[in-house]
Amino acid sequence: MIAEAGLAALWLGAALCALQLIAAAFAVRGQAELAAIVRPVAVAQAVLTAAAFAILIWLFVRVDLSVKLVFENDHSEKPLLYRFAATWGNHEGSMLMWVTILGVAGAAVALFERKLEARTLWATLGGQAAIALGFYAFLLFASNPFDRLDPAPLEGQGLNPLLQDPGLAFHPPTLYCGYVGLSVAFSFAIGALVTRDVGPAFARAMRPWVLGAWIFLTLGITAGSYWAYYELGWGGWWFWDPVENASLMPWLAATALLHSVTVLATRDGLRAWTLMLAVIAFSMSMVGTFLVRSGILTSVHAFAVDPRRGSFLLVLLFLYIGGALALFGARVGTVREGARFDPVSREAGLVANNLLLSAILGIVLVGTLYPLIVEAVSGTKLSVGPPYFNAAAGPLALILVAVMGAAPLLRWRRDNLRLLLRRIAPAAIAAFIALVAVKLAAPTIRILPWLGLALAAGLALASVAPLWRRNLLRTPLFVWGMVVAHFGIAVSLAGMACDSSFTVEKLVAARVGETIAVGPYQVRFAGVDPTFGANWQALEATLEARRGDGDALILQPQARFYWAPPTETSESAIHTAIDGQLYTVLGKATGDGRWQLRLWWKPFVTLIWAGGALIAIGGTLALIGRVWRGRTRRQEAFYE
Amino acid sequence: MNERMKWAPLIAFILLGSALTYGLAKPDDTNITSKMIGASVPSFVLSPATAGLPGLSSSDLAAGKPHLVNIFASWCVPCVAEAPQLKAIADAGVPVVGIAVRDKPEALARFLGRNGNPFRAIGADDASQVQMAFGSSGVPESFVVDGKGMIRQQTIGPINPQDVAGVIAAVKAAR
Repeated sequence: MIAEAGLAALWLGAALCALQLIAAAFAVRGQAELAAIVRPVAVAQAVLTAAAFAILIWLFVRVDLSVKLVFENDHSEKPLLYRFAATWGNHEGSMLMWVTILGVAGAAVALFERKLEARTLWATLGGQAAIALGFYAFLLFASNPFDRLDPAPLEGQGLNPLLQDPGLAFHPPTLYCGYVGLSVAFSFAIGALVTRDVGPAFARAMRPWVLGAWIFLTLGITAGSYWAYYELGWGGWWFWDPVENASLMPWLAATALLHSVTVLATRDGLRAWTLMLAVIAFSMSMVGTFLVRSGILTSVHAFAVDPRRGSFLLVLLFLYIGGALALFGARVGTVREGARFDPVSREAGLVANNLLLSAILGIVLVGTLYPLIVEAVSGTKLSVGPPYFNAAAGPLALILVAVMGAAPLLRWRRDNLRLLLRRIAPAAIAAFIALVAVKLAAPTIRILPWLGLALAAGLALASVAPLWRRNLLRTPLFVWGMVVAHFGIAVSLAGMACDSSFTVEKLVAARVGETIAVGPYQVRFAGVDPTFGANWQALEATLEARRGDGDALILQPQARFYWAPPTETSESAIHTAIDGQLYTVLGKATGDGRWQLRLWWKPFVTLIWAGGALIAIGGTLALIGRVWRGRTRRQEAFYE
Repeated sequence: MNERMKWAPLIAFILLGSALTYGLAKPDDTNITSKMIGASVPSFVLSPATAGLPGLSSSDLAAGKPHLVNIFASWCVPCVAEAPQLKAIADAGVPVVGIAVRDKPEALARFLGRNGNPFRAIGADDASQVQMAFGSSGVPESFVVDGKGMIRQQTIGPINPQDVAGVIAAVKAAR
């Protein structure tokens, strides 16, 4: 009965969603009678989907094997956290989560949005309902999570052991919050195009949503990168895999949108461009979901693939992206031209940021789809890897970093180039000193990491320069947010450059008792012992790592064997020091009493994710600052 | 904004969408064409792997008649499953020769005693070197080699009952 209740909630939610769309359409056309129900219906719809999702979680936690999805993805021996996380570790469950977040985001707009003009708000909620309706249809007709299985089997088929990790409980929901959060920006853009109401007020209403989605995307990408780093045992943190690119592309578009919406809010410029970016950002989320879910590209994230689902998603893609772009083409001519600005101004810096981010987005999109295009034209299969992405996007990213250092030091509307040079001078000198110092310390360093380290030093200084001679207590929170986020980029960039140039890798076949030198560590291979966990058994190596005369650290990498389903994985063991990580993996026995060991010393690699966390913290500060200021302003207006 | 430019995003998306539609409509070809086809077998000389059968060298394969070269091992379970198919192929008159990977003579003799012996010669590849040179990554794998020592076909994994006719035909065609 519980599963049927979930399905009923889903159908009811879909019906309310249709009602929301119809009521919003009439309200925008001036039929005020229906306008009053738009907001309550949006909230009721969210409650119903959330109930359906909660029911599915309940089924997974209880391991109700009469439900097909639970049978396929759950197992009674699995720890509680992973039974919980298994809910969204599969196609149907993750799509239900997508619809739930979509509904909840719509409800939040309905409940809390007070800045927007009423008609634009109705149009926005109508747009949100139109998106949700398509995904309801997708769930109900092509991926019903509540399908029954009769007779009910005795045991479930488990979950991919790679996914039995705390990372899974966190990574997909975060990314989905980001993806779906961008749907709100998309709906705002649709609303604004329908009512032709594009201006600073609209931008200020949209900005917190973009910021919120962007924070979640940043966290999701950072967490996903670290998860892949320690779980896959390859020692890499970014692979330019299609599914990674699918999360990077919306982030790039959202980052551009975040900056252009500021121009629109502050100076009433970049109107059409901001609308375009809002459409593109969510479109990239949908294209990403399509690429992942249709199996059209080969990827390490091999989900169950069903061509019927691919076709369904493709239709939704055409409907929403095509529809939005057609609306853009038809209406953008009537959007009034925004305010003008000087070539040396904050606006110009932000435009440079937007152009560079868009170019990088284009490079990633082309690289991701290139195998598909080549196969269509010549029939050969190929994959595009890091050599293309790093060479094409790397230099642009470095230019972007340079612009990032300078733009926050520019004044709005018009500035003086000589004054800018004076403001940027300390950072430029720091970058130059770093350039020389790095070359002297590491003469063989490659050009991109070399420039990367120098620019990271420059940006670290330039990013805090906006605080220079300010009263730090009275500096608005969103300025702090920008400073922290830009500083985070410098930190992350330094980590990437260090990891790519100074990593020491040792692949050895070692006998028990041997000592291997890797980076600053002497690693003694003390032995291999069997061990076991709740649903796996493993061979566990014991490694004693010593640095200088210090005490031995014990690292215990494992080669694990899960029995439901039977899968082998390698669990890396990582020691984090202040200046880097020692990363160890146990491989196979060679047959003559030796074991393959892979050891890496990765100096400052943790900076990559520390930087990512700083970027997200910066975003959060900015979000709090913006919402706070919005509230105080409204109160002031009320009391005047 | 320029009048014509405003439709550019829509047109770009329609192009992208068409590419995706094409990618989805075209069934994925999962057959991997071996890079070894058309290449000569690597030159090698392997000593006999078990008593009573000669060893194998690359000159045996270039002596004018086509062969089926089966890379296998007595410790390999799929190779046991493959044995009846190899027998059927040998009974059809195809000269089948083997390369035993990391094997022991007595284990191999037991394997042949239990599963039948389709082989005219078996070379001992104790360090997997010849297997590697053939571009083979596992056992069993089978290569159709023509009379000049050129590889014509590669089968990765065991030859299944439904593959037997195809293998015999490929050997006939290699004549």
